[in-house]
Amino acid sequence: MTGSVESLVQRQYKYGFTTDIESDVVPRGLTEDTIRLISAKKKEPAFLLEWRLKAYRGWLKMTEPHWPNVTYPPIDYQDMIYYAAPKTAKPLGSLDEVDPKLLETYEKLGIPLSEQKRLAGVAVDAIFDSVSVATTYREALAKQGVIFCSFSEAVQEHPELVERYLGSVVPPTDNFFAALNAAVFSDGSFVFVPKGVACPMELSTYFRINTADTGQFERTLIIAEEGASVSYLEGCTAPMRDTNQLHAAVVELVALDDATIKYSTVQNWYAGDENGVGGIYNFVTKRGKCAGRNSRITWTQVETGSAITWKYPSVLLQGDNSIGEFYSVAVTNSRQQADTGTKMIHLGRNTRSTIISKGISAGHGNNSYRGLVKVLPKADGARNYTQCDSMLIGNECGAHTFPYIDVQNNTASVEHEASTAKIGEDQIFYCHQRGLDTEDAISMIVNGFCKDVFQTLPMEFAVEAQKLLGISLEGSVG
Amino acid sequence: MLDITNLHAKAEDNLILKGIDLTVQAGEVHAVMGPNGSGKSTLAQVLAGHPAYEVTEGSIRFEGKDLLELAAEERAAAGIFLAFQYPVEIPGVSNAYFLRAAYNEQRKRRGLEEVDPIDFMDLMDEKLSMVQWSSDILSRSVNAGFSGGEKKRNEILQMAVLEPKLAILDETDSGLDIDALRIVAEGVNSLRRPDNATIVVTHYQRLLNYIIPDYVHVLSGGRIVKSGGKELALELEARGYDWVREVAA
Repeated sequence: MTGSVESLVQRQYKYGFTTDIESDVVPRGLTEDTIRLISAKKKEPAFLLEWRLKAYRGWLKMTEPHWPNVTYPPIDYQDMIYYAAPKTAKPLGSLDEVDPKLLETYEKLGIPLSEQKRLAGVAVDAIFDSVSVATTYREALAKQGVIFCSFSEAVQEHPELVERYLGSVVPPTDNFFAALNAAVFSDGSFVFVPKGVACPMELSTYFRINTADTGQFERTLIIAEEGASVSYLEGCTAPMRDTNQLHAAVVELVALDDATIKYSTVQNWYAGDENGVGGIYNFVTKRGKCAGRNSRITWTQVETGSAITWKYPSVLLQGDNSIGEFYSVAVTNSRQQADTGTKMIHLGRNTRSTIISKGISAGHGNNSYRGLVKVLPKADGARNYTQCDSMLIGNECGAHTFPYIDVQNNTASVEHEASTAKIGEDQIFYCHQRGLDTEDAISMIVNGFCKDVFQTLPMEFAVEAQKLLGISLEGSVG
Repeated sequence: MLDITNLHAKAEDNLILKGIDLTVQAGEVHAVMGPNGSGKSTLAQVLAGHPAYEVTEGSIRFEGKDLLELAAEERAAAGIFLAFQYPVEIPGVSNAYFLRAAYNEQRKRRGLEEVDPIDFMDLMDEKLSMVQWSSDILSRSVNAGFSGGEKKRNEILQMAVLEPKLAILDETDSGLDIDALRIVAEGVNSLRRPDNATIVVTHYQRLLNYIIPDYVHVLSGGRIVKSGGKELALELEARGYDWVREVAA
């Protein structure tokens, strides 16, 4: 009826370019020597090498989990490259020394990397393959005592902070992919906001996988001391390749008394083609710890990319009166699969959690929400509200909800609501009759569906997320 | 303005319209009446271009254009408006946003400039008064959680904003109490102009006390079996649809 649906579906992934740049890669495969090599390349202190090796030895005894509601061929962990870095003669001192080709890449991605774009007001750390390329605004942030740098730099410059907090939320042998990450992680972002400081700007990281057959194992650690607050956003893209790439990241958040951390993700990894060839396996462990009283951690995620998404950003509500929130929009189109949700673990008294999950399935996409709400015996007065909504577009997609509720304290209150809606012919026709075309109609209906989540994103990213959603679903209704 | 000739239409394998002929001139109000299952709503949906119906024979010309060649959204831009019998809910999308998107999309298709949100709100003030509504309604989601009467009133608000050349009201009176019926009818009447036309599809005569038709057509078995002036509606009310069926038979 309107345009050619097929042609819209086959619209190209916009970020599918590769950058022709010489890389320093370690040989394929994973042994203790690989880990020693990575650690040596990064001139790491002994404690970190030991930590990695411990994780690796733990990993060897673990098996890949297969409980998520996704299917994929076996991953050959010995056929993967665990470290790839753009080749440079010496460490980068300033942006002027960054390879212009890299800067060009970031231009294409629309990242305000260059210092001249200071006015954009977003501090950016950009991770290219495994190495953090440049962190903008460092000086401005340093004045407030905020540390925002690559993980590697933090290891060199603030080893005591790294040693204290690394693995304190996600232990090195927490799960198969987290253990793999702990063994081989190459870089990531590090944020430290000292006591009483409200971070003056949004912090942002862009991840990009460029080299073929590379796994990306970045590690992010964010610490907000007493009374501190910070808002952090990550964005992700990758070139189009017909092989699958593994992305097994770990993110740890620590919020002390009265601290607030807001972590937002707009994930647009390459999803594979319409037949499910290629794309990123996004197997990620994200967890925050509300360690202090009255602390608050908010996860907001908009997941439109990746062939397979497997992640459960979680909050350990340890401090009394602490708050955990999870707002999620996950889209699966074509052959994409997503098994995502959250875990809210109530340990402290009067802890509260809110979960709003919006799953959208189109094409042959398969979307599962999996969430755990656990209230431990000491968590008097704990409250949880969960709302899981699924939207189906077309007849060949799937939506599933797997809620797990474990309450061990009888003063707790746990609410769960779920709904499934289908974008119907009638809804589309109604919009048509008012003069809107199919694309506008779907974009409007879906954005309306996701409104509760988009409202929690920082303004400029909410706009980006809405656009992304429109693109991901273009042509998904016949 | 509108010329329907020998129109046949089916849904799946059921032939529902079996040869409709109807001509509507600018400035006129036509009432299409008939018993349940006679094809009234199908006629309304076919005019608007609902994809569930297939036209198998006949033609529809609208201002010289072949309507059957146009997609539903193109028909809307050409000036056809359908007030739905069952208005659809769109949760999370505000009425204001929806109305402005529709308004601007139609303007774009007609080669006109889009109207910015501030000017649009001025326009809305005027339109809201037509249906005696406060602006609170604009921030609510389209039809979501609306009562039956509110949904119908919202259809008339949309009609007031979009200013169609041909408005088709599909059972707009169903589910309305007497006050809401009056407000809706007054809204429709205030939109009447010499250059537009209205087709009122209804089962009951009641609405026609408020919206006075120039012509009344009785549909039965997918055909127009009787046409007349406004007095025909009264006669139907008094004698029932069986009378027309007998006359037609």
